[in-house]
Amino acid sequence: MEIALSVNGREVRRDVEPQELLLDLLRDSLGLTGAKRSCDVQVCGACTVLVDGLPVSSCCYLAAHADGREVTTIEGLAERPEFERLEEVFTRHAALQCGFCTPGMLLTISSLLERGGLESAEEIRQSLAGNLCRCTGYRGIVDAVAELAGVG
Amino acid sequence: MTAVETERRTRPQVGVSQPRRDAAEKLRGRAQFVGDMLVPRMLYGRVLRSPIAHGRIVSIDTSAAESVPGVVCVLTGADLRDIDPYYGHAIKDRPIIAIDKVRFHGEQVVAVAAETPAAAAAAVEAIVVEYDELPVVANVEQAVARGAPLVTDREAKPGLFHGLGELPERDGNVCYRYRLDKGEPEAVFAHADIVVEGEYTFPSVYQYAMETHTVIAQVEGDEIVLWATCQHPFLVRAEIADLFRVPVANVRIQVPYLGGGFGSKSYTKMEPLTVALARKAGRPVKIQNRVGESMVTTRRHNMWCRMRTAATHDGRLLARDVVCLFDTGAYADNGPRVVATAGDAAPGPYRWSAYRVDASCVYTNLAPSGSYRAFGATHMQWIGESQVDEVARRAGLDPLEVRRQNLLTPGEEVRAGGKPLDADLIGDVEKVAAAVGWHEPKRPLVGRGVSVGLLAAGAHPVSSAVCRLEADGRVVVLVGTTEMGQGPRTAFAQIAAEELRIETERVTVRGADTRFTPYDRSTGASRSTTVAGLAVQRAAADIRQQLERIAGTDEVDPADYLALMRKHFGFSGGELIGRGEVAPVGTGSYAEGPVFWEVCVGAAEVEVDPATGFVRVRKTATAADVGRAINPQLVERQDEGATLQGLGNALFEELVYEDGLLLNDTLLDYRVPTFEDLPDSMTCVIVENEDGPGPYGAKGCGEGALAAVPAAIVNALADAGVPMNELPLTPERVWRRIQELKKEGKWQS
Repeated sequence: MEIALSVNGREVRRDVEPQELLLDLLRDSLGLTGAKRSCDVQVCGACTVLVDGLPVSSCCYLAAHADGREVTTIEGLAERPEFERLEEVFTRHAALQCGFCTPGMLLTISSLLERGGLESAEEIRQSLAGNLCRCTGYRGIVDAVAELAGVG
Repeated sequence: MTAVETERRTRPQVGVSQPRRDAAEKLRGRAQFVGDMLVPRMLYGRVLRSPIAHGRIVSIDTSAAESVPGVVCVLTGADLRDIDPYYGHAIKDRPIIAIDKVRFHGEQVVAVAAETPAAAAAAVEAIVVEYDELPVVANVEQAVARGAPLVTDREAKPGLFHGLGELPERDGNVCYRYRLDKGEPEAVFAHADIVVEGEYTFPSVYQYAMETHTVIAQVEGDEIVLWATCQHPFLVRAEIADLFRVPVANVRIQVPYLGGGFGSKSYTKMEPLTVALARKAGRPVKIQNRVGESMVTTRRHNMWCRMRTAATHDGRLLARDVVCLFDTGAYADNGPRVVATAGDAAPGPYRWSAYRVDASCVYTNLAPSGSYRAFGATHMQWIGESQVDEVARRAGLDPLEVRRQNLLTPGEEVRAGGKPLDADLIGDVEKVAAAVGWHEPKRPLVGRGVSVGLLAAGAHPVSSAVCRLEADGRVVVLVGTTEMGQGPRTAFAQIAAEELRIETERVTVRGADTRFTPYDRSTGASRSTTVAGLAVQRAAADIRQQLERIAGTDEVDPADYLALMRKHFGFSGGELIGRGEVAPVGTGSYAEGPVFWEVCVGAAEVEVDPATGFVRVRKTATAADVGRAINPQLVERQDEGATLQGLGNALFEELVYEDGLLLNDTLLDYRVPTFEDLPDSMTCVIVENEDGPGPYGAKGCGEGALAAVPAAIVNALADAGVPMNELPLTPERVWRRIQELKKEGKWQS
């Protein structure tokens, strides 16, 4: 079936299988490998991308379902002017190690920051619980997000 | 030259938290992992795995699979008759793919290579295998019982990197045994005032590197090229060369960024099967494990232990007796090393008059067990340290006081013939205790605990590095260490910059490629900064010495480097190449080691809810006794990551098996720590006594906290009123224990 969607602001038309996953469309057809495959069951968040501005697990999201929608991957987010602040703060806090979870983590965080309402460290922890990181022990990420969200 | 390039560096480059050199690539999603890579003409591999734990393969019908459109070839054990298809760095007990028998649930039985992942998956579905089921050895107790079925009956051949002296005869299902003996423990136990005794079990745990094992292999004639998620490319290279009978130098392994490792990517994993499949296909093949497949590729040993500790009435530790059985699964993998390291950790770093340790590595029909961060020490420390706390309770002493009285001090013997203690353990434990408010008042149901241990670290100390000073004044470091998040590309850049007195930003460290990067034994055992870092330091110093020779003086200003190179080469090209090597002092044997003792010191404060059994870890503290912190922020991140893994190991991580079948093979029912498990306070105390064998007195870190934290949590929970001898501390288990304590009239809170 043919679908038309916007990926990082560019129009994309593709013929996809009905069972094709958005993650495979992005990685295999479009070469956007920033979204990672890990758990396959919507637990780890490594495959997170934004669909119409909201985070989804692209490992469990049908490509066909993205028809007519706007998809943003890390490659697209990194082109936005506001990304530089994310990058600077994450780098200063060493809020990454192996980098495998990082793109999905940043997409979730950018969506949360855009919507506002991260008012405490507790809220940050709850809001990010759908993104796993096995390396950092989370503290650097919480500190970075607290700074970005202006939480004291 | 611009002003920036010639500016002399004024600030130190090590000992400061420089930004990660790989931050931008990783944050922007540009960092390449093996799964992101494509090779021309590449096929996709997929593996059919055994649905049973033990059985004879009666027949394999691949005819339907071979006719699936897009399928290029199907591989079974029958395709490997031209080679000796058994491998294993410790014991060559594992076939590349099942031959005649399957020995665990998830063992590779058939592999398919196809033009697309979908075709490969469809072909795997179409394969029909008939098994004749055999009795399952489901746990270590069954494995060592008289008359137990044998998991393997092949002759035990030592692997290329056994490294533990003579490989003994296999004894039933016991493939390796490590013993330590000092004095006469029985005589001491007979007359001791206090004897603490118990049986303990530690669960099997999945390392969960978020990037699963992934390999691309290409075979052309006798040249084998791999892109692989492996921590130790040089050791894998040797095993691949040995298996496929090609010269070592004909095997090229490239390791881009690794998406975590934690030991799960140490030694040889999916590489032989991918090479065998590519060899048959005549085209490159990529195999990318799913999480459930990586869970059965390697896991942490589950273990049973019986331990006794003897002490005087006033808390002087006298003797310890340890028997433990480690479940290494159907193939040894790194089991012998895990068991030896556990044996060394078992007594704990105390001044014993006698001990006996008898640690066995046991085959069962579970998936093979191998390395996972702080192996051996994590298994033993919570047991030994809970017994030390029990001694303190019976002697009426503060747990810290018992440790002050009994802990080894720097220079004392840890193990006969091995390296003496090279750390201030009493200082370390006092620091972490203070960090969790050891002497502050606390509510009922809140407990605090500390733990102290040592981990034999550094592995075999062989590493080499090359530094290239280019004609534009930039430096490239070639080193075989793999970057899996722990930060060697940053730390090595800092070390080279420090030696050459230039800015770290001017140094680049790239990934491992066995064709071009010089030999590094492995990335693990907390060895990279200490051993490979020393090689980098020497390589950079070698360049500096060359510049001094060119200048004819030992006072060379970095601003003059390019002018000196022009003088030497006669034009504005050429490069200076520095070489650094680390080789063992003595034989480098395990018995003479370790390279250094990694400190495993931690403290925790927990709160238990008696209505649910839920344990909340409120505070943790760990000591990163690193000699000298090359990058303090990265040291903290290492300890914090290990702390969260330790918390998961202690509280809820467990691979659940029933009659040899793995029941929880997805992250839906294998739970790892999330943001919500983060303790309210998590402190990493960096200790810098410049007492390590690495550059500037550095020694490794990053594993010790994983051994220390579960032990501190167990002790804190006992302090809150719930002594436990089984991990993980799930709410159900803790609740049941509280009910027992109530029945026995021992529930205080």
